[in-house]
Amino acid sequence: MYKEITIDPITRLEGHGKIDIFLDEKGDVAHACLQIPELRGYERFAVGRLAEEMPRITETICGVCPTTHHTCSGKALDDLYGVEPPPAARKIREFVYNTFMFEDHNLHFYFLGGPDFIVGPAAPKAERNVLGVIGKVGVDIGKKVIDIRKRARNIIQTMGGRVVHPVHCLPGGVSKPMAQENLEEFKKTAEDSVEFAQFSLQAFNDIVLKNKAYVDLIVGDVYKHKTYYMGLVDDNNKVNFYDGWIRVVDPEGTEFAKFKVKDYLDHIAEGVESWTYIKFPYLKNVGWKGFVDGKDSGVYRVAPLGRLNAADGMAAPAAQEHYEKFYETLGGKPVHNTLATHWARLIEALQAAERMVELINDPEILDPNVRNMDFQIPKEGKGVIEAPRGTLFHHYETDERGVLTKANLIVATVNNSAAINMSIEKAAKGLIAGGKVDDGLLNMVEMAFRAYDPCFACATHTIDGRAPIQIDIYDADKRVIASMKNK
Amino acid sequence: MAKPLVAFYWCASCGGCEEAVVDLAEDILKVADAVEFRLWPVALDFKYADVEAMPDKSIAVSFINGAVRTEEQEHLAKLLRQKSQLVIAFGACAHLGGIPGLANVANKNEIFETAYKLTRSTANPKGVYPQTVTETEYGKLKLPEFFDTVKTLDQTVEVDYYLPGCAPPPDLIMQGVTAILEGKLPPKGSVLTVEKALCETCERNKSKPDKLMIKEVKRISEVIADPEKCFLAEGIICLGPATRGGCGERCINANMPCRGCFGPTKEVKDMGAKFLSSLASIIDVDDEKEIEKIAESVLDPIGLFYMYSLPSSILRRKQGV
Repeated sequence: MYKEITIDPITRLEGHGKIDIFLDEKGDVAHACLQIPELRGYERFAVGRLAEEMPRITETICGVCPTTHHTCSGKALDDLYGVEPPPAARKIREFVYNTFMFEDHNLHFYFLGGPDFIVGPAAPKAERNVLGVIGKVGVDIGKKVIDIRKRARNIIQTMGGRVVHPVHCLPGGVSKPMAQENLEEFKKTAEDSVEFAQFSLQAFNDIVLKNKAYVDLIVGDVYKHKTYYMGLVDDNNKVNFYDGWIRVVDPEGTEFAKFKVKDYLDHIAEGVESWTYIKFPYLKNVGWKGFVDGKDSGVYRVAPLGRLNAADGMAAPAAQEHYEKFYETLGGKPVHNTLATHWARLIEALQAAERMVELINDPEILDPNVRNMDFQIPKEGKGVIEAPRGTLFHHYETDERGVLTKANLIVATVNNSAAINMSIEKAAKGLIAGGKVDDGLLNMVEMAFRAYDPCFACATHTIDGRAPIQIDIYDADKRVIASMKNK
Repeated sequence: MAKPLVAFYWCASCGGCEEAVVDLAEDILKVADAVEFRLWPVALDFKYADVEAMPDKSIAVSFINGAVRTEEQEHLAKLLRQKSQLVIAFGACAHLGGIPGLANVANKNEIFETAYKLTRSTANPKGVYPQTVTETEYGKLKLPEFFDTVKTLDQTVEVDYYLPGCAPPPDLIMQGVTAILEGKLPPKGSVLTVEKALCETCERNKSKPDKLMIKEVKRISEVIADPEKCFLAEGIICLGPATRGGCGERCINANMPCRGCFGPTKEVKDMGAKFLSSLASIIDVDDEKEIEKIAESVLDPIGLFYMYSLPSSILRRKQGV
């Protein structure tokens, strides 16, 4: 007989999530898994819709990263109609997109994942949240966090209409040019974003890297999996969030595949399990071997750690310096330690901010020509982008009028679904023994999924930065023998 | 005095409503001072049993976003209704069904078939579908049932007020919260925004000719919209006449037409039908064949006229398994 521990629900998950842990008779973990108890069916109800409405429709998959779905959908429409957006349109899209990347990565660090480190994994729960972060770094910094988020989101709102669910992307461009009158303010926000990203990295250095206990936690075995990694790179194999080659490296860091989105189906397949509504993508050319890591398993990881591992460097100078330090500190490439994702995320936020500065200072961004309407007859369109949480694929098929007949979406967090399950099981096995479950464990298990986060940590459940979790421990007769709650 | 308890829960939604709350920025601190977020990040802090253990009506106000799509969401909506004095349908999905409500063009089986069999990257030779109960060697794994139909919140429980929008704009959220805290609420059932149609507050209304007449319907992808001109006058579908205002014309500011996320104005029951009648009245063609041609050129009336409101509409839908 196995005892069952249920963490139901976990929060900061896009939708809902539940962790099941089964203990054997000795009270050790026999099995653990994460269930996703929700499905909404976008791929079905996309059928029959007009292609040009897809950027508005698909972005409601996620209100935390709507800009990602919206932009990826716009790119799939470019491909569908065989058009390249004019330079200004592409720059506006990229500028808005990097602004989004920057603010979203910050949200994660200060509101979601960061409290575990800044305040401490074993700190009292009441402090392990954004207010605790403010307490630790000072109230002025707290105001700075709120201020930079507000200004970054103002850029998205100005160009995209709504910030939660922007509307600017159309096939072959964007709905309006950038106005001269916005330029100065946007430039200032971009510059301040670089400074803020540098500040965050400094804070990470001072608070986390100078604390041996934290470093031990990051490099420890409990949060480690040797998997393949995937991310978008430019022609020089540098990290790119908006476009490029999809590059996959093996667990030793050697390039395994490099392809354009048009060929994604040759490389990725998704399996189905009866116990969860989420699918499990894997590398087709390695194959699905179950929830295991290693070179023979097609499980791969995406998001900040995956992107840094899959690239040869960052595409912006200041971020590159931090990239080098990242690998020096953690013992070379690839880094398999899941918790290092938090650091990688801040390095990416800096690249995003540097890119914002570069784009907003390019005079071409003001060019009023933002639409290319030299459309071909539509049939099939594929788009890819790097969401904060990993590679996102949108694939539409239409009739000759541009009405959807089929859609396929591989959403960022889904790429990580197998790895997240493995991470939870490994953390549970490493932390629970002899039936002993204590309070610290709760947060340590949470940390296993939180690193992959924000779609898992849908931002907003997060103003207080904690994941309310209930763990019930059942004996063999299904009686609750212990119960604890995080509040 | 004890602060009022507030719950914030999500059903079938995207998290955008929660982001909108974070977008209150510094105002969030004011709200946090005035209330106790007992259940925020909400219902997620349960164990259903914990919420069940609270006395009925002990929560001052529950903000519930998202449509109702699963057994678990329905259960929670009912539980929160029982425990709360006020229930606010927060955002387009709870209010009208929202974009996830477009799933009512299909049923559960078709959705499963698409998601788990037909999609291009799915490799499922054994035809496995998620099950409400899976037996494993360790024990049973349970999933909540996925319903055939997406429902709005008020098709599930009684709703006191509605905060419209996808997502609701922070200024309306703040106004709504302030009204609740000060007890200055309008009649029950009100949508907490202006009573006017969007056209009445839209800047572009000024450019609208006295008698609006169009000879064809254009797709937004086919035209470069003039940023000064009324979309409808240009022949571009814009749901302004059928949609409640108060959104700040956010989409229109980005030079994109309205798709109706605020829902219909007070006197309108079915937003798509209302829009269709507005559209019919401005078509400046008498020839029957020409009219038919125009009608046919609107390729996806469901997607365009009911993008956010299909579950709340009077349209019958495909039923069954």
